Amino acid sequence: MSRADTFHPFARVLHWLMALAVLSMLFVGAGMVTSVEARHAWLLAIHKPLGITIFVLALIRLGFRLTHPAPPLPADMPEWQKLAAHASHWLLYGLMIAMPLIGWGMLSAGNYPVTLGAGLRLPPILPSDAALFAWLREAHRYLAWLFFLTFLAHMGAALMHGLIRRDGVLQSMTGGKRSA
Amino acid sequence: MQEPETRHPPAHAAWRWALIGLVVAAFAAAFGYVGGWLAPGRLTPKRVIDAIQANGGEYPGYRRNHAKGICVTGRFESSGALAAYSTAPLFAPGDTPVVGRLAIPGGNPYAADSSIPIRSFALRFDLADGEQWRTGMNAMPVFPVSTAKAFYELQVATHPDPATGKPDPAKPKAFFAAHPETAAFLAWIKTAKPSASYVTETYESINAFYLRDAAGQRHAVRWKAVPEQPPAGDGGPAAGDPDYLAADLAKRLGEGPLRWHLRMVFAADGDPVDDATKVWPDDRQTVDAGTIVIDHMEAQADGPCRDVNYDPTILPRGIEVSNDPLLVARSAAYADSYLRRTSEEGHLPGTASPKENHP
Repeated sequence: MSRADTFHPFARVLHWLMALAVLSMLFVGAGMVTSVEARHAWLLAIHKPLGITIFVLALIRLGFRLTHPAPPLPADMPEWQKLAAHASHWLLYGLMIAMPLIGWGMLSAGNYPVTLGAGLRLPPILPSDAALFAWLREAHRYLAWLFFLTFLAHMGAALMHGLIRRDGVLQSMTGGKRSA
Repeated sequence: MQEPETRHPPAHAAWRWALIGLVVAAFAAAFGYVGGWLAPGRLTPKRVIDAIQANGGEYPGYRRNHAKGICVTGRFESSGALAAYSTAPLFAPGDTPVVGRLAIPGGNPYAADSSIPIRSFALRFDLADGEQWRTGMNAMPVFPVSTAKAFYELQVATHPDPATGKPDPAKPKAFFAAHPETAAFLAWIKTAKPSASYVTETYESINAFYLRDAAGQRHAVRWKAVPEQPPAGDGGPAAGDPDYLAADLAKRLGEGPLRWHLRMVFAADGDPVDDATKVWPDDRQTVDAGTIVIDHMEAQADGPCRDVNYDPTILPRGIEVSNDPLLVARSAAYADSYLRRTSEEGHLPGTASPKENHP
């Protein structure tokens, strides 16, 4: 069922599931740290288990991607666009894996219990260290901004492929019929 | 994809580009709103801490509130009496180590102990299974306000005028007139005196919480740490010593451990569970959960409490937050204060360095 010019159906399901999860995560994070209202608490209660879910899904996805290569980009795409496409994809993979680890490590360094709700708790992955906490907490913030900007570029480029170039790149992930 | 020559330039290309730009801009604007950059009116943790810092002064490396304090350590000896009401493992008979902090409110770590008639006691219980219970208690019966917004407005109203160093008296007056919920606090503070000792004070959770029992039933409670030490009868603090609380604590610990009873006060039907400005009647059912035993103190500069954020929403299973809006607000604001001081401790770029020789 997997054609050479579309992603494997499992890769597509993972992509759209994670797109929803990551985007929710970015909004949840931005919303919770800027609120002193009740939503601060319930957003935080979503943020931690969702982050770990993204981490696990990202590892599965990385393994699948390494064993199932992506369809090639159109031959007529300018080199800089190809380079940007590859770099942004690997940046997104890196952030999907690094952000949950930084969050987990930051709570560990702050000596907070890493609770996921429903009585679930993760062990600390770093020693208790206030300065390390501060570095990781700021890294979490700035990398979240980078994550969001990369998402905007990724989405903008996908729409450009679908609406302007109409070269089948967007359809390789949506699974729809190529327009050309 | 190998046949680019079959593709034609799309019709209405300008509109297509505009649509792409619009979608990207819409996501960016939504993120900007949620993240507060496009919602300047929102009360954020940063604004709350900025207001506290504006009143207390800038002291890098210190907590933004309750800046002056001392680390204490010891244990909680559970009586087992609360185990029927909460599944939290520390309420079963046995001991749990605690890292605590005795402090006075305000952002100035050099403030005189006599400058304010309130003392605070924060505790972190380190449960054997890795869970934690953190609580920050104050020696007062009620909180002045019931919401984060009112707390922020109180900070703004009591901001010292740069010209006189004192708040404009008209502003707090107007604030209290507009906030009748402050009446109980104002009535109390009118007669409150700065105590000569940390160890003779009764410290209250003020905010309500829920205990959850093994049957899943929840019980609304407030708690208090009631001292075994009798009221100070040994005269007032040394004249002219701004740090008499630390001296008193050292003297008393030299004579032996200090003890407080952790009493859980159960709400009756109709008692407000979400309003820290209201007292509960004195006759409420109370359970003595056990004894907090403090046997050691250390200066906060390198004591074990220094890097602890006493966020009152960090609770073990068996204790849960209530709907009191101050609890969430405290959690959010403490996190901001904690990041500021740990950033200063870690010398992150753009942060002021903590001064050496902390009190």
